Order: sequence, then structure tokens, then C-alpha cells
Amino acid sequence: MSLASDHAVEATSTSAESAEIAGRSLTQIAWRRLRRDKVAMTSLLVVLVIVSIAALAPVITRLVGVDPSSFNDKAVSDAGGLPLGRLGGVSLAHPLGVEPGTGRDLFARLLYGSRISLLIALSATLITVTLGVSVGIVAGYSRGWLDSALGRLMDVILAFPLILILLALSNVLTQRLETTFHLGELVARVLYLILVLSLFGWPYLARIVRGQVLSLREREFVESAVSMGAGTPRILFREILPNLWAPILVYATLLLPTYIAAEAALSYLGVGLVPPTPSWGAMLADSVRYFAVDPAFLFIPGTYLFVVVLAFNLLGDAVRDALDPRAGRA
Amino acid sequence: MTAVDESNTSVVARRADALLRVEQVQKYFPITGGGLLKRKVGDVKAVESISFDVVPGETLGVVGESGCGKSTAGRTVMKLLDPTGGKIEFEGRDITHLSRKEMVPLRREMQMIFQDPYSSLNPRHTVGSIISAPFKVQGVKPTRGVQAEVQDLMARVGLNPEHYNRYPNEFSGGQRQRIGIARAIALRPKLIVCDEPVSALDVSIQAQVVNLLEDLQDEFRLAYIFIAHDLSVVRHISDRIAVMYLGRIMELAESERIYKAPLHPYTHALTSAVPLPDPRAERSRERILLHGDLPSPINPPSGCVFRTRCPKAQDRCAQEIPVLRELAPGHYGACHFPEERHLI
Repeated sequence: MSLASDHAVEATSTSAESAEIAGRSLTQIAWRRLRRDKVAMTSLLVVLVIVSIAALAPVITRLVGVDPSSFNDKAVSDAGGLPLGRLGGVSLAHPLGVEPGTGRDLFARLLYGSRISLLIALSATLITVTLGVSVGIVAGYSRGWLDSALGRLMDVILAFPLILILLALSNVLTQRLETTFHLGELVARVLYLILVLSLFGWPYLARIVRGQVLSLREREFVESAVSMGAGTPRILFREILPNLWAPILVYATLLLPTYIAAEAALSYLGVGLVPPTPSWGAMLADSVRYFAVDPAFLFIPGTYLFVVVLAFNLLGDAVRDALDPRAGRA
Repeated sequence: MTAVDESNTSVVARRADALLRVEQVQKYFPITGGGLLKRKVGDVKAVESISFDVVPGETLGVVGESGCGKSTAGRTVMKLLDPTGGKIEFEGRDITHLSRKEMVPLRREMQMIFQDPYSSLNPRHTVGSIISAPFKVQGVKPTRGVQAEVQDLMARVGLNPEHYNRYPNEFSGGQRQRIGIARAIALRPKLIVCDEPVSALDVSIQAQVVNLLEDLQDEFRLAYIFIAHDLSVVRHISDRIAVMYLGRIMELAESERIYKAPLHPYTHALTSAVPLPDPRAERSRERILLHGDLPSPINPPSGCVFRTRCPKAQDRCAQEIPVLRELAPGHYGACHFPEERHLI
């Protein structure tokens, strides 16, 4: 109640004596709320910094004077290949130390690794969410045979043993992508990961969305839209979709770290990216072997991954709150 | 019960200026068995046969207990549900079989106000976008712009136009219902189906909303189909009242006649349950209590559907469906043994 009256005061003071109020769209209102949320703005900033660091990785590494692939046997001990110096070999030449064994610069590998990892995780999340939401909405709203058909399709996909399929198809499909689209091996592997992760990931979200749509479609505001003469697209995307943002955003922000980890796991299993391409997954996988003697190697990519995931999660929460009319007024 | 035979034609007399005319409209909902094939195992006969008409500026009250099919009737007439049988005419045009697309231009003329002020407004839309939706959907561009028009509408229904950017959850039930009313009158329709528009509201708010509806009716010459289960509200607003029971109209007459001189035993029971303001009259009045529950609309009783609870039921009532016929001028009833009683 006090929140409402605060707003009333604000409304009257901003509109001054005239009753002219600018009509604001949902996006504008959500953006205004988001801007007043300190956590949201901090995490947005972090996300932007991470994304721009990834985009500008070649420039930054050149400025620092390191590169991700040149070996440096002077930075590691002859016996065992452990980094020389403290904290995994932190020095002016290597700001975050070097990789055990090869002596490659960790800072450069981390930056280059974030390009691949973010590219895979962000695109796979985007495709998964788009597919899951579209299929879920259509299935939930159409009911009938279309719903049944889509439901069975989801069952089939969910029943696939994902890891086995990934392992089995990896080489065949990567080569097929290479030859049909004339791609390089790295591009083909990245594309393969994105496609497989999203094609097998969407049914989970589609299920959630379908369930929500089943309950939303019975609400009277949908009937009211029909009674105005609204067509199906308007009902699906203007009336129902805005009510789905909460589950979609929560799911997407959970999906992104899952996909980063999935890329890491697959690279570890050898079906993702192959050395010497740097990726977070490959780095984490390598670091496990050295954990006892060189813990810094695990902590550096680990901490960065933690920051990335936390920033995306907090941002997702904040966007969800900003889009929710009931979550207090800002 | 596919076709209605000639002897059973419950049709009210045609009025030349009728805006909406409903003839023996039926709405069945199929019940499907489990399993993959979804075999049809029966029907819920929500609306078995209703006939009525509405003229411009008139309010037709529709009353009946829960589950009698009054909301389904309202939605079928609005073509939000496809009728199973019968005929619906709007301004003389048969709209019974129009597709959803063909109905779109007609939606300007007929609107709906919903019962639940919480679920009838999209929680994610601002009041401004809710009330401007009819303009956008129908592609109507008011000369002064949609926003000015919407703010006028808000003022007209008693909302503060400055609350244009607020969300429905910031309003009380009564205010939300006003938002719903503003949305319904936005395109100046000729007919509004009000599905229990005040039953979710406090009694003090009910009167305000009913008065608002009456003012708007005078201003825009609206016709209402006012669905309710509260007889006193319906009596206040209606010109004529249709009493429904188990998907059929039992009695249809002018509002005062339904109260002062009802002919159907079901209406007798209903009116005898209306509280009287005078305690002495209230204590001494005759009460007609109905026993039992509403029969299942899947398997309605043979003959007259009301016979299982009717104090006057005879053998004939089990065999012959009573036709809705004119018992007195403008007074229709579906009963083999009508009797005028004065209970209020």
C-alpha cells in the first residue's frame, strides 16, 4: 500500500499540473526498474566487461605481450614441468602464471578460452530457449493432435542417452559439417557442440513452458483477447508470453553455466574442442591433474568461471524481478 | 437429442428490432475416455436449449444456480464457444457458423465483462495497454490518439487517468472491474455480455459498479446480458429476466413479473429465498425449499429437468418436455402446471 502511494506522489509530481502522462511500454518500465537496482547494474557491468574482454582478447593479449599458444620452457621446471615462482608462476611477463608442463601463458589462454566457452554457451542457450519457448507455447495452446505430436517428439528426445550420442556422433557429424559447409575443423566442432547441446536441451524448457501455457490459456484475460477479436499470434506472444518470462529467465540463467560446464566436460572427454584450442573446459580438465602440486592452475579458470556464472545468474534474477509487476515498485 | 421436433419448438416471439436473437441454442462438451484414441463417451449438456432475444438498450438478466449453464450460454452467444445446435442472429445476420476470423469485425459490436477481476486482466500489461488493446486489435485509430481516448475512458469509468502506466495488481477488485468495463466499452459496442460482473466484489462496491453499468447503458444505449446468481442485483438492473435451470430457460418475463407474479415452480422457490428488508414480513413469509441437488448435466432427467426437485411434479412431467411458451403476454414459461404465485 505504501509503495502504491509513493508511486502516486511520484506520478503527480512528474506529471506536474497537466494530466499528460507518457504511455510507457513494458520494456521501458522494466528498464527503469532495472536501472535503480544496484545488484542488477553491477552484474550487467560485469557481464558486459566479460563479453568485451572475450571479444577483445587478441587486442588485450597483444597489449600485455602474451599469446595463448607459444611454449615457454623457461617458466617451468625441467623436472616435472611445474611453474617456477609463486602462485603458479605469476610474474610481470605472465600476469596469471603459466600452464604446467608447457609454460603457456594462463592469462592469454583464459581470455581466448572465454571466447569459445561464451560463444558456445550463449548461442546454445539462445537456441535452446527459442526452440523450447516456441514449441512449448504452441503445444500448450494448441492442445489436440499437435500437442500430442510435439509431446511424443519431446519424449523421444529426452529418452536419448545424450552423452553416448555425443560421443558416438562426434567425429562423424563434425566431419559432415566440415565437408557440407566447407568449414574449418574448429568452427565445425564449435557448431557441433552448439547444435547438439541445444537440440537435446530444448525439451526440458518446452515442458515447463507448456505446463504454464496450459494454465494461462484458461485465464479470462485470454478469453477477453479472443472476445476482442485478437488472432492467435497476438494471444500467444502479447498475452501469454509476457507471463512466461519468470520461468524462462530462471531456466536460461541456469542453462548458461550448465552449458559452460557441458562444454568443459565434453572437451575433457575428448569430443569437444581439441588441444591446443584454449577453452575453460580444457583448462579445468587439465588443471585437475596438477591440483596437488599447482592449485593456482585450478583456481584461476575456476574463479573466472564462478564470476561469470554468478554475474549471469544475478542479472537473470534482476531482469525477472524488473519484469514482474508484483515485485515492488521502483 | 439432435434435432428438435416441431412440437418442441421453444421459440420466443420475434421482436422486429432485436439486436440479438437466440433460438434453441445448445452447447455440449464432449467427455472423452482415457487412452490414446480419446473415444467420446458422452456429453456434458451445459446448455440444452435456450431461446431469447435482446433489443438495443435493454438489459436481460440471466439467473440460475451454479452449474445451470448461464456462463456457458453467455460465452456461446458471444461465439467464444461454438454452439452445438440452434441459431444465433446478431442484427438480423446469422452468426451461428461464422469462423473465428469472420467474427472479428463483429467483435466491435459485442463485448464481454468477466466475473473474476483478477484473472480477466493480464497481470503483465499496464492499464493503458489493457484498455487500448481493443483499438489495436481492431485497428481503430481514434482521431485524438489512442492514449487520450483511453484516458478519457478511464475517467469515464471512475479511474484516475494518471494511473495509465500502472499494473492491475496495484488496484482493488472494484477498480479492476472498472478497468474491465472501460475495456469493454472502448469500441462503443451495442451489446455487452456481463458474466457475473459483481459477484466477486464487496456488497458496497457492487452497487457502485452496477450504477456505473447503468449510467453507461443510458449514455451509449448499450444492451446487456447480465448473468448473475444474485436475484436482488439482477432485479435492480434488468428489464427482463431469464431463469435458467440445467441448461434450459424455465421462465422469461419482465423483471417485475418474475418477482411479483412468477409462474414456474422453480422461480417460486428462487423468489421465496430472496431476503425481505422487513423483518416481520420475512418471518411470516412462505418459503419453498428445494430438496436434493442439481441433477447431472451428463444424464439430465427425462421430461422436465426440474421434476426431480419440483414440489408439483406429476407423471406427465417425467414423460413430456415442457416447451417454453407464452403463458401471459410477454411472459414465457416452461412448465406443464404453471401457477401465478405472489411471494414477495
